[in-house]
Amino acid sequence: MIEVDIEGSAGDLPIKANFRSDAGVTALFGHSGAGKSTITKMIAGLLRPERGRIAINGETLFDSGEGIDLPARRRRIGHVFQEARLFPHLTVRANLAFARWAGRTIDKTRFKEVVELLGIQSLLSRRPGTLSGGERQRVAIGRALLSSPRALVMDEPLASLDQGRKSEILPFLDRLCHEAKIPILYVSHALEEVARLADTLVVISKGETVACGSTADIMTRLDLGVATGRHEAGSVLIGRVTGTDSRWSLSTIGVEGYELQVPVTGIEPGTEVRLRVRARDVSLAVGEVSGLSIRNRLPVMVEAITSETGPYAEILCRIGEQPLRVRLTRASVEELGLAPGGEALALIKTIAIDRREIIGSGNV
Amino acid sequence: MITLTSAEWQALTLTLKVAATALAVALPVAVFAGYALARWRFPGHGLVNGVIHMPLVLPPVVTGYVLLILFGRSGPVGSFLESTFGLTFAFRWTGAALAAGIMAFPLMVRPIRLAIEAVDPKLEEAAATLGLHRSIVLAIVTLPLALPGILAAGILGFAKAMGEFGATITFVSNIPGETRTLALAVYTAAQTPDGEVAAFRLTIISVVVAFGALIASEAVARRLARRIGGAA
Repeated sequence: MIEVDIEGSAGDLPIKANFRSDAGVTALFGHSGAGKSTITKMIAGLLRPERGRIAINGETLFDSGEGIDLPARRRRIGHVFQEARLFPHLTVRANLAFARWAGRTIDKTRFKEVVELLGIQSLLSRRPGTLSGGERQRVAIGRALLSSPRALVMDEPLASLDQGRKSEILPFLDRLCHEAKIPILYVSHALEEVARLADTLVVISKGETVACGSTADIMTRLDLGVATGRHEAGSVLIGRVTGTDSRWSLSTIGVEGYELQVPVTGIEPGTEVRLRVRARDVSLAVGEVSGLSIRNRLPVMVEAITSETGPYAEILCRIGEQPLRVRLTRASVEELGLAPGGEALALIKTIAIDRREIIGSGNV
Repeated sequence: MITLTSAEWQALTLTLKVAATALAVALPVAVFAGYALARWRFPGHGLVNGVIHMPLVLPPVVTGYVLLILFGRSGPVGSFLESTFGLTFAFRWTGAALAAGIMAFPLMVRPIRLAIEAVDPKLEEAAATLGLHRSIVLAIVTLPLALPGILAAGILGFAKAMGEFGATITFVSNIPGETRTLALAVYTAAQTPDGEVAAFRLTIISVVVAFGALIASEAVARRLARRIGGAA
């Protein structure tokens, strides 16, 4: 468990961070320059907050009231930096070996495990200068893991990579996040990464934590549009793969007792999955609909409506217990007579759901 | 192949002994000073920097004279060292090494400081997050990355120590077999009537030694650069 309640500053930006998260992956999410990296540096002990408290798994790393301030090397927080920061004069093997030595990871099988998890066997005798960006980042993750950290901080590990490298490394991150037994703090300004990896979402804006909660809850909150960006805003639905129709290359996912058809995934039936649905990809209908190509029609309850300036309105609905965020024109809201407490049918195009954004959570 | 006279041989071995001793003592101190100036902020930073560079801007004769006052038999430091450790500098080859080391010191500190400043502190940060102690970070990250600069400093210092003249002759005089290094021997020969041939032979010896050292250091520097660059 990570507990953070700190105040400080970095240059002109005042920092005020207050959040706690349980095991699993916690994302610090916000625009570039929002202060995310500063907060992680304070947690890692590379920057000093003015006051507050930082604790991991109950152990206090920093407490201004009690005068506790462990130096970075004694905090045991594995840090993966945006720019990898491998030691350029050492081979990959030596980079890993020093981390293992620092973490007193005597266990040889652990070394093999990490190397296999990240697929870096073939890189061991090379030097960082000869590696691609994605390879370097994988080695950096391995190095952090081998220092036997009690928590892992990943500061935009994909930000310096192009799209191809990103998709090369994301599967490794997926596996890591599901297999790691330590809390992971994942810093990103990319919503797709956060939705895919994080269980808990902490939204940072102008140096402050503005929201903290489960990824599904936070992503559907209407008032956080500024932080998450309108275009990408959406919700995360949790369901279970129920089957695959190979004839049409479609998979079905059960969500709150309803069936949702999505482009075929490779995920085993019975696996719990998260899928992200962008608010602008959902339509609402009232009354009977027929003659439509849209395959997914889910009855929902309208919970809240926020009209914005310009043409847009944000509607928060519920499918059973789960929130669903919908983006319509104000004109449609008016014409359909939508109001909080009313019922409607949410229409989601099957192909609007990106199969890369359907993620098995590992719980079978 | 010319054969060396015993006096020439003596001057050559003495010069190498003086320069090597000066380097062995002054280089580690210069690494420490370079690191401190590059990485630490402390009161009197500018003053320390100034004092280190003094021998570079003072006339060597002045430095030699100051050494004579401080480290001579009756000087405050010299008498203390002699009575406590039995260590004598005045008119000994050790004095020549001291003068050479002091004169070479500022020339070594500067490239070392620059080399350490060029090591990205972010790498040291990363090493700290792994749980490595600062002294280990220094040994496995900072110093290896600064090694080309330290090597350059060593060569510069060795060359300066080999050729040191003014401070040496002022401090420890010009005693054959004890303090008459190559530079002093050339000077002595040039002062002697009909000494041109002797001076010329000593000059050739100096050139050969200096050139050999330069070539050897180039080879080492290339190997280091390959290791650190990694783009083999």
